[in-house]
Amino acid sequence: MINEAFATSNSVIHRLDPRLKIIYAIFFSILVALCNRFEALFFGLTVTVCLILLARLDKKIVFKRLLMVNGLIFFFWLFVPLTFDGEPIFMLGPFSFSRPGVLLACRFTLKTNTIIMLLIAFMSSMPVYTLGHAMGMLKIHPKLIFLFLMTYRYIFIIQQEYRRLARSAKIRGFNPSTNIHTYKTYAYIIGMLFIRASERAERVHNAMLCRGFKGRFYSLNEYFSTPLDWSISFILFITLTGIIILEWSQLI
Amino acid sequence: MEPTNLIINLNEIYFAYPAMEPILKNFNLKLYKGQRLGVTGQNGSGKTTIFHIIMGLLKASSGDMEFFGKLIHEEKDFQEIRQKIGLLFQDSDDQLFSPTVLEDVAFGPLNLGKSKKEAIDISKKTLKRLGLQGFEDRITYKLSGGEKRLVSLATVLAMKPDVLLLDEPTTGLDDKTKESLIQLLGDLDQSYIIISHDFNFLSRTTSSISLMEKGQLFMDKDFHIHQHYHSHRHGTYPHKHN
Repeated sequence: MINEAFATSNSVIHRLDPRLKIIYAIFFSILVALCNRFEALFFGLTVTVCLILLARLDKKIVFKRLLMVNGLIFFFWLFVPLTFDGEPIFMLGPFSFSRPGVLLACRFTLKTNTIIMLLIAFMSSMPVYTLGHAMGMLKIHPKLIFLFLMTYRYIFIIQQEYRRLARSAKIRGFNPSTNIHTYKTYAYIIGMLFIRASERAERVHNAMLCRGFKGRFYSLNEYFSTPLDWSISFILFITLTGIIILEWSQLI
Repeated sequence: MEPTNLIINLNEIYFAYPAMEPILKNFNLKLYKGQRLGVTGQNGSGKTTIFHIIMGLLKASSGDMEFFGKLIHEEKDFQEIRQKIGLLFQDSDDQLFSPTVLEDVAFGPLNLGKSKKEAIDISKKTLKRLGLQGFEDRITYKLSGGEKRLVSLATVLAMKPDVLLLDEPTTGLDDKTKESLIQLLGDLDQSYIIISHDFNFLSRTTSSISLMEKGQLFMDKDFHIHQHYHSHRHGTYPHKHN
């Protein structure tokens, strides 16, 4: 269900302090989302492509993920240039493509790809549990992290239970179609999933109590900032400043 | 035996699930130090309920509970008891909730106030003892059924309990894993209670077997006589049984 295709490797990006990656992923994406000038957007895109290359990820999988996102963006391109008011760039029969519409779609495409690549480089380059622990060290509320890690741990079990139920319906000749019987069966399956999930939650809580759980999680991981962290952090800081200058200064 | 050796003493326990017939009635159980007790009985006879009452996960409506010579009433007392009694759950997926094996095994020791270094040390030693070295960074949900059971046992043993409660430890295990579990249990110095339907397993791991019936535990040995179905690779060839 969740395969952490990029989580383990030994690249520069993978060796970075996870806290640093989280912080920069957040600031960088917010900044890119706010930018409008193409200079800034292209600069941001170039930097993230460099980050992806630095992380030495499997390019096929990266490309596949980008393709998925751009599949959605494709629909955006279908409608926005056609429906946006403004001076037309060119006409195609009765359809007129407006200039502001095309520009907006361009910006949107650039921003989305930049942010997705940024998240791939920074957030998927660590195992999910490291992400959880790192968020903990960034003082995110323990309850949220608890939810996050538990969801991650048990989503597979829930999937298994769903498959078990679906299989048991199937071997008894259940053939989904558009009728009340099908809806009812699915409703039963989903209801059963909820009941089982809540019962399991209780059992897991019991298991935790038995092992002395008092409402606090301890993490075994420790992260230290290395010279590498400081230098990459410095470079990223310069980059972000560069984007801000390109976007908001009147010089260019 | 000396009364000081009495580890668990349940006296006249009464328990019923909401809107159901009482599952434990005048229930008594005594476990002495070094004792290895097997419990068997029909499904729904209340075997697991006993364990949950001992751990304080369920609250008996009446009766006395004495652990290590001390009467126990409140949740706070149970917190202390849980460090001394380790419960192995029926379903390992309930027991293993941390992402990695090492984190899961270290969860107990950390809760007991051990430092990170100590907790990691204890966990590694426990894993090694169970033949699970090299499992530290494995992801818990990706383990096989047998591995999950052994890691669950490691998480319990890492808390260094005086008593173990094992709830159907052999369910879903193949013969080889079952065999290594029997070996492991034989090497332990803890007292334990095992719930199981597997007579062969119980007879090899426990010194006495009790039957759970009608809300009570019978130490009677009469029920030992039972029919035994089996199969082996001799197939239809004539062969002898010893």
